[in-house]
Amino acid sequence: MHRFHILIAMDSHTIAQGARAVKDALVQDLTLAGLAQEVRVVETGTLGIYGKGVVMVIFPDAVYYAGVKVEDVAEIISEHIMKGRIVERLHYRDIPAQEVRVDEKTPRIGKQVRVVLKNAGSIDPESIEEYIAEDGYEALGRALTEMTPEQVMEEVKKSGLQGRGGAFFPTGVKWGFAAREKSDEKFIICNADEGEPGTFKDRLILEGDPHSIIEGMALAGYAVGAQQGYVYIRGEYRMSIQHMQMAIDQARKNGLLGKKIFGSKFNFDIEIREGAGAYICGEETALIESIEGKRGEPRNKPPFPPSVGLWGKPTIVNNVETLANIAQIILKGASWFRGLGTQNSPGTKVFTLVGNINNPGLIEVPMGITLREIVYDIGHGIPGGKGFLLAQLGGTTGGILTSEHLDLPLAVDSLRAAGAGMGSGALLVVDDRQCVVDLVQNFVEFFVHESCGLCTMCREGNGRLLELLQRLTTGKGVAGDIALMENLASTMMRGAFCGLGQAAPIPILGCLRYFRDEFIQHTQGVCRAGRCKMQASDDTAAA
Amino acid sequence: MPNLNKVDTIVKSYENMRTPLIYILKDVQNEFGHLSEEVLTQVAKTTRIPLSEIYGVATFYSLFTVKSKGKHIIRCCNNAPCHVNGSNEVLDKIKTYLGIEVGETTADGEFTLEYTSCLGVCAVAPVLMVNEEIYGNLTPEKAVAILKDYKMKGSVHA
Ligand SMILES: Cc1cc2nc3c(=O)[nH]c(=O)nc-3n(C[C@H](O)[C@H](O)[C@H](O)COP(=O)(O)O)c2cc1C
Repeated sequence: MHRFHILIAMDSHTIAQGARAVKDALVQDLTLAGLAQEVRVVETGTLGIYGKGVVMVIFPDAVYYAGVKVEDVAEIISEHIMKGRIVERLHYRDIPAQEVRVDEKTPRIGKQVRVVLKNAGSIDPESIEEYIAEDGYEALGRALTEMTPEQVMEEVKKSGLQGRGGAFFPTGVKWGFAAREKSDEKFIICNADEGEPGTFKDRLILEGDPHSIIEGMALAGYAVGAQQGYVYIRGEYRMSIQHMQMAIDQARKNGLLGKKIFGSKFNFDIEIREGAGAYICGEETALIESIEGKRGEPRNKPPFPPSVGLWGKPTIVNNVETLANIAQIILKGASWFRGLGTQNSPGTKVFTLVGNINNPGLIEVPMGITLREIVYDIGHGIPGGKGFLLAQLGGTTGGILTSEHLDLPLAVDSLRAAGAGMGSGALLVVDDRQCVVDLVQNFVEFFVHESCGLCTMCREGNGRLLELLQRLTTGKGVAGDIALMENLASTMMRGAFCGLGQAAPIPILGCLRYFRDEFIQHTQGVCRAGRCKMQASDDTAAA
Repeated sequence: MPNLNKVDTIVKSYENMRTPLIYILKDVQNEFGHLSEEVLTQVAKTTRIPLSEIYGVATFYSLFTVKSKGKHIIRCCNNAPCHVNGSNEVLDKIKTYLGIEVGETTADGEFTLEYTSCLGVCAVAPVLMVNEEIYGNLTPEKAVAILKDYKMKGSVHA
C-alpha cells in the first residue's frame, strides 16, 4: 500500500523545464531513503499549470509544488514526506478551486468544465488500467454489445458535436456520408498534425489521455463500417507518438483493438503515421496525400474524403479533440452533451491561451464563455501592467478581436457574425507594446514559409504581401501600399485553391480594419511601438 | 562512399507497409545524415518510384534535408506566440554569437541554424530546440549559455 502518491506533470512544457531530471531524482532519493514502497511516483499529463517550471502534486494532501528543481527534491522528501510539513517556498496555491461537479457527470474547476481533458493530468497516460478505471472503453463495450452502428451514429448526430479541427462541420453528418458508401475498405484518420502556431491542445490530449482517441476512433469505425484507422501525428511530436504507440499496443494486448472486439463481429486496428514537417498536411486531403507517401499538396474537393479518401476509399478525417468527445457522448448521452455550451455550439472547447498573458496554458470551457472571462479570470490578465491590444483566435489564419469584442460570447455563430472563428482554438493575446504591422508581417512570413506552392494566389500573393509589409516596417512604404495590400488580400481570399490561401488574408484584413491608423503612420515613417527599425525615407525606393 | 546496400535493407523492412516512402526517407536520412543525390537514386532504383517524385517529396517536408548539416541543429521558433514574447531578440543574439544567418552552418561544422515550426510549448515561449531537446522561457543570454554548453560538451549533451 502506498501512503503517498506524487503526480508529476510530464508534458512537453514541463519537460522543457527539466521535469525528467526532477522525476529521476525523486525516484532515486526515495529509493535511497527506503521509501520506494510507500511513495508512488506517477508521471501524468499536464496538471494545468504552465510556465511555472516543473509541477507536481502530492496526494493525499493535494499539495501542489511548482518551480521544483533537482536541488529541491531532498527537501520535499525530508520535509513533506517524512515530517508532513509543507515546503512553503515551493508551495503553489494558485490552483483552481477544488474540483466540483456541474452535474452528476461533469467535473468543473473554476470556470473550466472538463470533458475532453477529464483524464489528462489525473491518470497515468501509460496505463490502460487507469483509463479503464475511469470508465474507459465502457462506451465501446456498450456500443458493440447493445447498439447498432446506426444507433451510434444517431447519438453523435443528436449531440450536435461539430468538428474541432477548425471548420466545425457536424461530425455525425460527416460520418453519415461515409457510412452510406459501399466499399471493401473504409478508413478512420485521426488528424493529429496540429501545426497551427499557438495550438497544443491535441498534443496534450495525445500525451495525457491517448486511450480516449483510440476509443473514439473505434466507435467511429463501428459507426461507418471501417476496420482500419490511422493516427497522423506530426513528426515533431515525439512524446505524443510514444504515448500513442504504447496505448495502441496495450489496447491490442487487451483485445480492445484487433479481431472480434468485445466478442462482437467488429474488427478494428490502428497504426500511427508520422508527418515529416509540413503545416499544410493538417489540411485533410494534403494529409491523405502524405500518408500515400507523396508531397502534401491538397486535392480538389469534391469529391470529399468520406466518398473518395485514402487510397481512393471512403475516409473519415477527424480532429483529436473531436474524437476525444465521442466515447463520453455514447456513455452519457446526446442530451447530456447538449446541456453543455450553447444551443448552436454544444459541448466544451479546449483553448490554448498564449502570447502576452500571465497564466498561459490549456483550458477547457463551455462554448459561449466570453473573451474577457478567458483573458482576465482564467488567464489573470496581461503581464507588466500592459494594456490589451488585440487577440487572435484560431491560429495564424484566425480573425482579429479587439477590446470591443471582450464581451462577445465565444461560440461558432456569434464569432462568425464578428468575422472570426474558433479555428484551432489558439487564443493569442497581444499587449499594447506590440506593433500591429510588425505582427502582421510575422503572420505573413509564416504563410510564405508554409504555402505548399501549388497555387499562384497563395504562393505569389503571400510573397508580394510580405514585400509590401517589409517596406512598411522599414519606413519605405508609401500611401498607396495599404490599398494595394487590401486589394491583393481580398483577391487571394477568392482565388486561392485551399483553405490556407483563402484564410491567410483574414488576420491581415482584420488588422487593417481595426488598426488602420497604425498602418498609415508606418507609411509616414512612424512606429507607435518603436519596434520597427525605420530608415530615413527614400522616395525613390518606393517606386 | 556511402554503403548503398543499407538503402536496400531499409526499403525491404517496409515491405508490408502501404505507401511507405516517407518512412523510408526518414530511415535513410538517419542512416546517411542527409539525402544526397546518390542515396536518393538508390532509393528510386529499389522502390521503382521515379527519382523526380522522390526528390519532390524530399524537398517538400522540412524534416528532410538534401544538404549536409552541422553537428548540432538549432531550431528557433519565431511564430507569433514566441514573437510577441521576444523571440527576435533571442534569434538576433544567436546570429551574432555564431556569426551566421538562418539556414547556414558555422565554419567549424558545429552548428546549423534554422527556424522551426511551432513546437506546441507556447506557454514557455520563446523556445528553441537543439537536436531533440527543447528549451523554454528563453532570454538572449540564456540562449547563448545553452549553446556554449553544447560547444563544451560536444555531442554527449543529454
Ligand atoms: C491549412 C489547413 C491546416 C489545417 N490543419 C489542421 C490541423 O492541424 N488539425 C486538424 O485537425 N485539422 C486541420 N485542418 C482542418 C482539416 O482539413 C479538417 O477539416 C479536419 O481535420 C476535420 O476534422 P473535424 O471534422 O473533426 O474538425 C486544417 C485545414 C487547413 C485548410
